Amino acid sequence: MQVSVPKSLDAALGLLAEDPQAVLLAGGTDLMVAINFGRTRPEHIVSIARLPELKELATGEQVRCGAGVTYTRLLERVRDRALVDAARTVGSPQIRNAGTLGGNLGTCSPAGDTLPSLAALDATITVASQRSGERRVPFSGWMRGPKKPALEPGELVLRADWEEAGPAQVFLKAGTRNAMVIAVASLAMVVDRARRTVRVALGSVGPTIIRATAAEEMATGLLDEGGWERPLMPTEAAQARFGELVAAAARPIDDQRGTGAYRRHVIAVMARRALQRTGAAP
Amino acid sequence: MRTRGGVGESIPRPDGPDKVSGRFSFGSDLTAPGMLFGKTLRSPHAHALIRSIDVEKAAGMPGVKAVLTAADLPGERLYSLHQPPDQPVLAASGEEVRYAGEPVAIVAAEHPEQARAAVQAIAVDYEVLEPLLDPVEAIRRGSVLRELTIRSGEPDTPADVVVDGYYEVGQQDQAPLGPEAGLAIPTPHGGIDLWVATQALHVDLEQVEACLGMRAGAVRLHLGGVGGAFGAREDLSIQVHACLLALRTGRPVKMWYGREESFTGHVHRHPAWMWYSTGAGRDGRLVFVKATILLDGGAYASSSGAVVANAACFGAGPYRVPNALVWSGAARTNTVPNGAMRGFGAVQSCFAYEGQMDLLAARLGLDPIEIRLKNAIRPGDRLITGQAVTGAAPMAKLIDLCRELPEPPTPAHPLALPGGAGNVASAAEVVRGTGFAVGFKNIAYSEGSDDYATARVRLQRGADGEAFAQVKTAAAEVGQGLVTVCLQVARTELGVEAVEIERADTTVGNAGSSSASRQTWMTGGAVREAARLVAAEVLKRAGPPAQALAAGHVLDEEGAPLAPIALFLDEPIEREFEHHHRPTSGLDPAGQGDAHVSFMFVAHRATVDVDPEAGLARVAQVATAQDVGRAINPLQVHGQIEGGIAQGVGLATMEEIKLKDGLIRNASFTDYIIPTSLDMPEVAAVLVEEPEPDAPYGAKGVGEPPLISSPAAIAAALRAATGRRLNRVPVSPDELAGLTECRPGWLVRPGRSPAEAVQPAPQG
Repeated sequence: MQVSVPKSLDAALGLLAEDPQAVLLAGGTDLMVAINFGRTRPEHIVSIARLPELKELATGEQVRCGAGVTYTRLLERVRDRALVDAARTVGSPQIRNAGTLGGNLGTCSPAGDTLPSLAALDATITVASQRSGERRVPFSGWMRGPKKPALEPGELVLRADWEEAGPAQVFLKAGTRNAMVIAVASLAMVVDRARRTVRVALGSVGPTIIRATAAEEMATGLLDEGGWERPLMPTEAAQARFGELVAAAARPIDDQRGTGAYRRHVIAVMARRALQRTGAAP
Repeated sequence: MRTRGGVGESIPRPDGPDKVSGRFSFGSDLTAPGMLFGKTLRSPHAHALIRSIDVEKAAGMPGVKAVLTAADLPGERLYSLHQPPDQPVLAASGEEVRYAGEPVAIVAAEHPEQARAAVQAIAVDYEVLEPLLDPVEAIRRGSVLRELTIRSGEPDTPADVVVDGYYEVGQQDQAPLGPEAGLAIPTPHGGIDLWVATQALHVDLEQVEACLGMRAGAVRLHLGGVGGAFGAREDLSIQVHACLLALRTGRPVKMWYGREESFTGHVHRHPAWMWYSTGAGRDGRLVFVKATILLDGGAYASSSGAVVANAACFGAGPYRVPNALVWSGAARTNTVPNGAMRGFGAVQSCFAYEGQMDLLAARLGLDPIEIRLKNAIRPGDRLITGQAVTGAAPMAKLIDLCRELPEPPTPAHPLALPGGAGNVASAAEVVRGTGFAVGFKNIAYSEGSDDYATARVRLQRGADGEAFAQVKTAAAEVGQGLVTVCLQVARTELGVEAVEIERADTTVGNAGSSSASRQTWMTGGAVREAARLVAAEVLKRAGPPAQALAAGHVLDEEGAPLAPIALFLDEPIEREFEHHHRPTSGLDPAGQGDAHVSFMFVAHRATVDVDPEAGLARVAQVATAQDVGRAINPLQVHGQIEGGIAQGVGLATMEEIKLKDGLIRNASFTDYIIPTSLDMPEVAAVLVEEPEPDAPYGAKGVGEPPLISSPAAIAAALRAATGRRLNRVPVSPDELAGLTECRPGWLVRPGRSPAEAVQPAPQG
């Protein structure tokens, strides 16, 4: 096993161009688990853990978050609650100190904790390779399947960027333990009152992160009616309908972490609460 | 004058600083110059015939020094904790593998990666067979490890009210943080030294000698640092394999399991299926208990026989039960063997009988605590086995004290709400519930076992001129604090504060296992008696008026110091003592007999916060009153209580090995989840110290009771919060949210064998 430790992004892209099969190592919180389980024995590992180009984090109206930014830094610096609350649920403090946003994107698991929030913030992911330079991918096009990111051979994730969306946003995650648990179901909802958009994204209830578009349209309709600048106090019937629409968008399966029936149930519960909470937020 | 740090003081553990600073050497830290690394090839099938095993390719791979199969075994091919041995050291060609994970071949290589690659290169031709996985079906087919019936009084006595209930307990893993590990080093004269993280050096030794075909004395076992045990280290894991590889190669061989392998490399808590019928008078007094307790023993016997007996003996609860009929049995199936785990059968039946008591209370309109008080067992009462409770039995007092402990405040921090960091529940969605449960269990070995422990105590003058003592036993410190207990006992008896607890090995007599909450009584008792013999010799040397020893001095009858103890140690004094507990007897065909030496009682009250809509829960508090006889070290007793409750929270709310077709689906700490600090409730504990007449210092065991009735109390609290039946632990989010209910797959008449089971009509 060869381990390369390039000193710059260019050097890393050069190594990837030479050996597109090389496996990237950042925080190692996914890769080392796979190695310890014997699921993978990579021939060549390229460590991008120390590349300064991936550590940039610019906050403000436009957020630019380098792929190498750890969950700990993210939750300390970023103001979008959906992402902050998602980052806080990742593993333990040790894992959050090591794991990175780029790793979550690159692993591309439907249970990736920050992914529903990135989807609900409509983030754009920038990737790069030596051959084709930089390329921008909207989150909606990022996940081609479970663990199948829209990365071409030789490419790595540079950053994600999005527009700060205001305080009306939430992230909820259900698991059978009160911390350090892989999501059985998760939901991010962003109501961007300034831009008059609603986005709802679901994790762990399908092969990829799923946008609940019918529910989004329903909430948009409620806000159009009640006024985007005013608190939304949905009726119980509206909440129930919203929950049903979200559950209908889910495509959950039974696995060792939870049943499909529970996932469909709890995603509706979370949706109702998300609508209530974002509605009440300014 | 007073000796500091003796019995009754909360002194810190001698191994504490090393453990918290990372200096302590655990089994997986063992190392020797020139050592090889051993790996195990395991069956991927729950049931298969091995047609052939081809090791040629593996043997020729780089770094590989040995590849061994059953054909290479020099001694007994089968081993077990109990007679007759039934578990193959390695499954042989032409024979069957009976569970997924059964060892088939072992490899030693220069590097662990080379060993791993060689294991994968071994070609095994399996003929896959149908696995027997349903324990009821197994009993129906006569595939039984042990079954017994306890019959007392007239079980068919009519009662004013009768409640029937069905209960299940999932398969819990001991989840010790230290995985199985050991290092075998060949000696120049053909023998072997094995350092191993175990619960019982001599129990291992006997099996290792037999399987190596070596004479007594050729094999020596030494305790490697043990990172938790809880029953997982009672059966052999790497012991024979590492020795075989070391003997074959002539080099030290280290073996240790990763977490995934550990799940198939040790036994687990028996999952249980239980059918109960409980009858009572209108006043709430119990008339009868009828129960069928079915355990899945897995592929090999391990401790199933003793667990079956325990589940039955304690299966009616710590109550006055005039009439009982209890069938208890373990099925032999094609799953990973089940065996010892903290609570040892008493945990499973407690969940059922306490569920029944709550059903009865509800039916009769009685308070759940009142019905328990009304029926609580008292000294002199007889168990359903006919055995009279002769020692301390403060059951009613425990209930009273436990119920009076202050209840926790409602959660103030969002992380303390059900779902914790997941942010699902807000305070408005949370309801609180409280549940109560009591339990009991035996201490030490039962059913006529000659249970003993040995200790050697040496007192001498050190280079500094002061007296110091050394205590040598083969008893395993597994994290429970036995080294502290031995230290305190020696100080108290010798009047000497400088005491060294030597490393445990088999150069001293048997101490038995660190299990069954027995070591304080057994090894603590052996240290006490050996130390008393030493103390008697000091007093004899000192002569009158010497009366006692304390704080390094010989004292007269008024307690005034006469001379330093060291003055009488021109010659060191060494004494050994073998401490046996009072003999017990077996159970007769009606399940009657004085099978147990002593009992521990406990009460738990759980307070839970539940988000019933989302199916999420957090245990806010477990309050407990525990019968400890006497606390040798109160701080350590509280440590045992907190640790046991953590495992009780795990069993009640999240911990379960999930099998599919006999294969473990969640063999990792990612998917087999255990409580984190955020899941751990506040613990409010009160110790009840009523000295046990037979026990050294009156001290009972303390390790198991915290886990016996805490799961039942938590389940009761979850029921109170949600109004749902919740007759299975761990309670799933589906059940908590009311999406499903656990229903029996078979109908069994309580008290009768599942051999007579019929399948229920399909649900309409």
